[in-house]
Amino acid sequence: MIQARALAKRYGDRRVFAGLDVDVPDGGFLLVTGPNGSGKTTLLRVLAGLAAPSAGELQLPPRHTIGYLGHEPLVYRELTPLENLTLFGRLYRLPERGERIGMLLERFGLWEVRHERVSTFSRGMQQRLGLCRVLLHEPTHLLLDEPYNALDAEGAALLDAVFQEHSFEEPRAWVIATHEPQRVDRYATERLAFA
Amino acid sequence: MTYASDVAALARKDLLLELRAKETLPSMLLFVIAALTIFHFALPNGTSDVAARGLLWAALIFTALLGLTRAFVAEREQSMFDALILTPVDRSAIWLGKAIAVLAFLVAAEIVALPAFAMFFHGLNGRTVAAVALADLGICTVGTLFGAMAVAGRARELLLPLLFLPMAIPIVVGGVGGYLWFLVLYDAIFALLSWAAFEYVVSEV
Repeated sequence: MIQARALAKRYGDRRVFAGLDVDVPDGGFLLVTGPNGSGKTTLLRVLAGLAAPSAGELQLPPRHTIGYLGHEPLVYRELTPLENLTLFGRLYRLPERGERIGMLLERFGLWEVRHERVSTFSRGMQQRLGLCRVLLHEPTHLLLDEPYNALDAEGAALLDAVFQEHSFEEPRAWVIATHEPQRVDRYATERLAFA
Repeated sequence: MTYASDVAALARKDLLLELRAKETLPSMLLFVIAALTIFHFALPNGTSDVAARGLLWAALIFTALLGLTRAFVAEREQSMFDALILTPVDRSAIWLGKAIAVLAFLVAAEIVALPAFAMFFHGLNGRTVAAVALADLGICTVGTLFGAMAVAGRARELLLPLLFLPMAIPIVVGGVGGYLWFLVLYDAIFALLSWAAFEYVVSEV
């Protein structure tokens, strides 16, 4: 569950948002839309605990239950996909990480390039790896900022399948900020539109 | 045990990144050798041991600064702090893993720099080597903390030297004078403070 009351965020004199209530129960799906610079990314960073709110109450889920994808895929470019996921598997203390990593790399079409450096990948492949990192520890609170960013048709279809599958699995709270709301609108239980 | 394995995984990652990029260590090596060579030709013959040792410490501090400037490049350019601080690892493990990696680079640079100093100047005694080893710990622990603070700041290239160099003055004093117990005390106090403070430094990077 992700819950916030009267949430506000300011950067100096600039108000990003104020008086925001957010309620995403387990099994809920909050779709956040709005133009560039409207505060979507900032909201996700605040909800992930990566940025402190300027005011309001926020009930942060435990860190290890959060799967966060930002504007960057958040993987080390000089490491390979296998090294990146092994590192995060260790840090998340996953007991059977080898199997899980192999499954995710297969699923996102990165198994063949698992020993190649991420810096040689296209932005879309990096995004796929970013999604593997997000899903690696099976988080129950998923905060995805523009998850379709840079994905080709095949990558977007893979992500669609993740949403489809997870919407029927154990309860998870999702917050998705996107410029392509039509792709995920059918899963949304809550909507927040920034002006 | 979990803490130790987290630190080991993070330090290993930094060593692997450097092994691939080969940016930090070659720059440090080139810098320290160039600095010692310049000092060698700049100093007149018959310069005292103390003056030569002072220049060794100046070269080492600025070499360390070079390494520290590069320490958080991947975290800054690829926003990797976001990914690391969401993992369940204690945040101080991120600092310790990075400090160990920086220490490894600094020691590697000194393995070349100290014999070069001995060759250019009046040799090297055991006390100076011990002082350098102790100073390395202080440099890396404090420097890594300030490196992380500089990542969060706007004028990050300026911030690190401005924060780090004043804190390096006691290290130079202890190193040139060969005050080993002073360096042990500095290491203990500032390692503890840096370990405790890192949590707050990365709370909103």
